[in-house]
Order: sequence, then C-alpha cells, then structure tokens
Amino acid sequence: MKRFLTVEDLWVRFKTRYDMVEAVRGVSFSLGRERLGIVGESGSGKSMTGRALLGLVRPPGDVSATRIDFLGQDLHRLPEKKMRHIRGKEISMVMQDPKYSLNPVLTVGEQITEAYRLHNRVSQKIARAKALEMLEEVQIRDPERVYKAYPSELSGGMGQRVMIAMMLIPDPKVLIADEPTSALDVTVQLKILQLLDQLVEKRGMGLIFISHDLPLVSSFCDRILIMYGGRIVETCRADQLDQATHPYTRGLLQSLPDIRHPRERLSVLTRDESWKQEESVNAII
Amino acid sequence: MPLSDTPAPMLSVQDLSVWFGDTHNRFQAVDTVSFTLAAGESLGLVGESGSGKSTILKAITHLATDISGHIHLDGTPLTGPRDKSFYSTVQMVFQDPYASLHPRHTVDRCLSEPLRLQGATDIDNRVRQVLEEVGLGAKFRFRYPHQLSGGQRQRVAIARALVQNARLLLLDEPTSALDVSVQAEILNLLSDLRKDRGLTFLFVSHDLAVISHMCDRILVMHQGKITEVLQDKQLQSGTAETPYTQGLIEASRGFTRKEMAGA
Repeated sequence: MKRFLTVEDLWVRFKTRYDMVEAVRGVSFSLGRERLGIVGESGSGKSMTGRALLGLVRPPGDVSATRIDFLGQDLHRLPEKKMRHIRGKEISMVMQDPKYSLNPVLTVGEQITEAYRLHNRVSQKIARAKALEMLEEVQIRDPERVYKAYPSELSGGMGQRVMIAMMLIPDPKVLIADEPTSALDVTVQLKILQLLDQLVEKRGMGLIFISHDLPLVSSFCDRILIMYGGRIVETCRADQLDQATHPYTRGLLQSLPDIRHPRERLSVLTRDESWKQEESVNAII
Repeated sequence: MPLSDTPAPMLSVQDLSVWFGDTHNRFQAVDTVSFTLAAGESLGLVGESGSGKSTILKAITHLATDISGHIHLDGTPLTGPRDKSFYSTVQMVFQDPYASLHPRHTVDRCLSEPLRLQGATDIDNRVRQVLEEVGLGAKFRFRYPHQLSGGQRQRVAIARALVQNARLLLLDEPTSALDVSVQAEILNLLSDLRKDRGLTFLFVSHDLAVISHMCDRILVMHQGKITEVLQDKQLQSGTAETPYTQGLIEASRGFTRKEMAGA
C-alpha cells in the first residue's frame, strides 16, 4: 500500500502557568490509501493529533515529533511558507460544524473559488466553473443557487457538503475529517459519509476520520486507532472492533446502549490509572 | 384519540398544534399531536431535528405560547402561565449542562432557590439529600459550574429537577452532549431514580438506541406529526411499520458501504 503519512513519536504539550498539559503523548501511526479512524472521548487527544499534522496547534501549544513524513517531506520541520502549499492543497481538513467553519459574510461561491485560486493561478471564470462542478460532485442539486447563497441560507447537511466541496477542490491527497457528521441527523450523516466514501475511493485519497462514535467508525473505516489520555491504547481492523482486547475499548463498547440487545443497566467504565502510564501502541504499518 | 387505555393518565395532550413566528411568517412546528402518559411510564419522543419533539416539551411548560389544543396534568387543564404547583410536579432537564446552570451561582444556590420560592423550610436537609441521591455528595455543594465536569453538571441539573419532588421529568436530550461512558452513568442514574421515586419520564432524543433503552413506548415524530407509535420490542426486532421509522432504524445501525454507481 502506498504510504502518504508516517507520524513518529508525536507530542503536543500546552504549558500553563502552573504545569504542563500533555494533550498527545508519543503517538506513532501511518496512513496509506485507506480510511483510518481515530476514536476516543473528549480530551483523548484525537483532534489535537489531526491539527498537529497540519501545523494548526496555536501557541502556547507546542508540537514535537521525530518526524511527520508526508511523501518524503518532513512536515514538522517545514517552514510555514512551504507548509502553506501543503495545507489545503495536499492535505486538507473538514471540521465538525459548518455553522462555525464557513465565513458567514461571504457567499458559498466566493469561499470555494478563493480556496481554488489560492493554489491555482486561474481566472475567476474558470474557478467558478470548477466550483460549480465541485458542488455538483458533492450532490448538491441546484449548484447555481447554492453558489450564490450565504451559509446561513443552507441546512446543516448542505453546509457540510459545501465544506467538503471546498476542501476537495484543490484535489488533496489526504483529507482529515474531524467529526464531520456529528452535528447532523443520522440519515443526513449517512448521506455525507456515502459521499466522502465515494470521493475517497474515486480519487485514491487517504482519509483520517476523527470521531467519538465507535459503531459508526467501525462500520465506515478500514483501520482504527483508539486513543485515551493522549496515547493510542489499541489499534485494530475496523471490522474487528468487537474483538478489541484493551479494557478501555471494551469498557467503551459495553457502555453503549444497544437496540438489539437491551439490558436493565448499562455497564459503567471504570478507568484504570495504569492506562495513562502504558506506552502508546505503534500503529505504523 | 387516546393512545393508551389507562383510566387516568398523568399527562394528556390532545390535538396539540404549536406555531412560531408572527402572522406573515408563521411556521407550524407541531401539527395536531395527541398522546397520553400514564403515571410511572417512560415515554419516548424520537425524530430528527425540526421534527417538533422539543417543541412539545416547550408547549407543556408554556415556553411556547402560540398553541391550540388541550393539555391536562392529573386531570386539570393547563392554560396560561404555569403556577407553583405545576413546577413542583413537572420539571425539565435540558440538553446542554454547560448552558443550563447559572455560571455565577453555586450548586447550593441553584438547588435551594426553587425550594425557597416554594416556601420550604428544611432546605438544608433537602439539598444535602438530593445531592447524595444523584451521586455527588456534600463536597460538591459549594462549587461553581465551571468546577464541574459535563457529567457532574448534568447530575446537578437532575438534582435541581428533583429537589422539589417533581414526579414528571421532561428530559430534552439529556445525554447527547456527553461522552458515551458518562452517558451510561447518567442513564443508569435516571433509571435508578425512576425506580426509587416512581418517576414518570417524557424523554426526547434523536438517538434510537438511547431511547429504546430508556422507554417502554416511543412516539416517532416527523415534520410535526406523530408518524408511528412503537413498543420497545418492535425497535429491538427492527419491525417498524412506516418506511420513515424503518429508515431511522437502519441509519442507527451504522454505515453500509454501497458499490459506486458506474465505477
């Protein structure tokens, strides 16, 4: 399998007035032409891992890593000026809530063409045609109308399609999706996933899918990393999540209510201090 | 049309319609909905955003005022602003524990204020007791919300609802802002309280798994109407009658990969 990304010993630290918070602690993994899921609860470091790859951790956050290799370039040691050619063009990111990630005072068209023209020297006319084509590709029925619309005039599902269109228009090799469907209704969620799935397949992209939703990740991804306390505690094939062995993963799975297997009480996860001391599992393949 | 045969329902809602907005831009959020809720029952309202499920709770508590139809509590019709006796029977727990507690009030103040308004005398005792009951204990009594985790805040919100000995809880997505492990703790707490205190729940959620775990009977809402009444057994076996509900059930089972068209 072609390997897009190799992350080795990634740390993200936040220095506060009194102590140091380690959000990500020595995480190593690789990404090929696959759908890689990163799951964990809030505070597990999953979003910070995604942000660190793109150099989006703001001060006082501090990122260190042996290497973050992207097709032969070490992103961690790349100057910001060069990083700008990677960010958005080669690796892009879809965030959780279209309400907060789209600029409310620019039309959809203005935002998408801006994303495209930033990386391609083309006329406004070509950019517009390309944007409309992209909106069509994310299955928006009336691209002309949406092109002229402001984000407030779109529903959540539409907004998320626009976000995806905007991220995919520079034709990136890797897409990082941070809870891309958590703000959406289940049926809309599945449509967006269907779309992401087909785009990833068609373009041969690598996808990092960050989510708190275990059943969803296990049904959507190829491979999963389970994070806890800034570390990868377990990694497995997505369809084998039910055979996971780490007590944290097992605890999470058992705390979920299951429609088909009802129980009187849900089992409650008891956290073990030792989980925080364990070495992060190496997920480079 | 009553949906259950129980002789005296605790709550009955008849032909309820709710509108938002003024005359020119009036939007009907709930469309002639009727149901009854027996004492001790746990009834679920499930549906997607905009289906009108939370609006029904708002109409019951008179937070939505542009309504038609009849709502009865213990046989008495509810009209106009609700009085003290209503709030000592019915209480609401909201979705976001970060927004539903006053940031500058301590847990103690948040719990004792409703008691003071009611004219209760043994406030100190009752606050201590209810904190114990929701699994927080006395050490949380003088903390501010920012010193609590999401799960602890939701416990405070539940304590606030119970401190006046309410018998009917209106729960509006009480766990959807929480992590799954915390969700399990809160759902267990709610089940225990319901058993110990003989509470009645009207439980709103978009999550079918959560609602089938918590409820005996489920109303499926779509575009302001009740499209189907489900027993939790039907959810387990996945035998819903309407295609809409069937779609929801399938969606809740996760992603199914479809082959690309024309690939």
